[in-house]
Amino acid sequence: MQSSGQASATSLPIGSDADLAWVRQQVRQCAAQLGFGLVQQTKLVTAASELARNTLVHGGGGRAEITPLDNGRSRGLRMSFIDNGPGIRDMELAMTDGYTTGGGLGLGLSGAKRLVHEFSVDTEPGRGTTVTAVAWVAQVPASRPGVG
Amino acid sequence: MRVPEQDAAESAPQVVSAFLERRKEQIAQRWADAPLFRSVFTVSRDEAVEACKAVVDALSDVAVSGRLENITAPGFTPVRDQLGRMSQTRTRTGSTPAQIADEVAGLRVPVVDLLREEFTDPTTAQAQECVMALTLLLGTLRLVVMETALDANAELIERQRQQLLEVATPVIKLWEGTVAVPLIGTLDSARSQVVMESLLEAIVDQRARYAILDITGVPTVDSLVAQHLMKTVAAARLMGAECIVSGIRPAIAQTIVQLGIDLGSVLTRASLSDALAYALGKQGIEVSRADTGASAR
Repeated sequence: MQSSGQASATSLPIGSDADLAWVRQQVRQCAAQLGFGLVQQTKLVTAASELARNTLVHGGGGRAEITPLDNGRSRGLRMSFIDNGPGIRDMELAMTDGYTTGGGLGLGLSGAKRLVHEFSVDTEPGRGTTVTAVAWVAQVPASRPGVG
Repeated sequence: MRVPEQDAAESAPQVVSAFLERRKEQIAQRWADAPLFRSVFTVSRDEAVEACKAVVDALSDVAVSGRLENITAPGFTPVRDQLGRMSQTRTRTGSTPAQIADEVAGLRVPVVDLLREEFTDPTTAQAQECVMALTLLLGTLRLVVMETALDANAELIERQRQQLLEVATPVIKLWEGTVAVPLIGTLDSARSQVVMESLLEAIVDQRARYAILDITGVPTVDSLVAQHLMKTVAAARLMGAECIVSGIRPAIAQTIVQLGIDLGSVLTRASLSDALAYALGKQGIEVSRADTGASAR
């Protein structure tokens, strides 16, 4: 991971519902400090909530890493959710809206992807899963055409 | 247990245990004046002395069992409650855990001094070993005190968590046949279960036809929260009540849409007052200013 001269990452454990609340709070705080607007903060926190819950429910717990980014033009936030769980067998299926193995709505992964700018999943059956999401301050999401 | 002469073959912990038994009275007298005991047992000095004796007894028991470093040693069991109460009292009067730990550490010097006096030559290997064993034992006591303090805190937090579950979900009767739940904070599975139960009960009790779930105070609406809301709405509908979700802020609305949650089956309003107006309107109740004609109620 390239993290040239960045402020250090914050690592948070994910092992219970209370930890999820803590992750949300930390993401909100960090996003506010970086200058994200209210809507973007809400999106980031919601994405973090979805991904952290995946880590807890499907990965059997793990940790979240929150890293502030600065690429010179804009500031951003990288969130990684890391577990050593069973991994994801069929990535395409997992990213499908409405597909769930946990009794939820099946919008966690796919929904979170729509809420951030960059999204990647590193997984292998039996080796765990790392989901990384990045969002940049004041940048219209790629899915929407830039309107004024 | 009386062991006036120290047998050379006796192990240090046993010597320490015998010493504690024998000099219990003197140790208790000295400890009773230490801040830890004096400030907790304020009624009488005798009370403090008795408390000190109980601790000395416990230490002696632990020493004789030879498990000097074991904070779970059964010898500590009789005084755990007492130690817990003591640390709680100190915490209430504003002591930090570090200060309490220091106060427990302060108990060491008086006892070690007494133990040293036991030996004609305190520089012998056996004397050193005994002092070492006693120091170790008192270090363990310190940990036991801290552990009881932490346990008490964990219990308190758990109790408060339970209380929060109940306190934070009041069901309010807004009008005849209309109830509302202002949701505040994180809506996890446990909370939403409580909400659903109290809402359904209120629907029966109040014979409510309209139920409003206000999420103004919910900071994050993710797919799980949305699912909980939809389940609550569906359950209320089964009870014959129409459910309205209100208090959806602009940022939350945008997030819900992008997340892909379909709230189409749920009646929503931007604010609680809009939701109330809807519920009243459906019941044929009109609210108007008194000066424009008929009385509002």
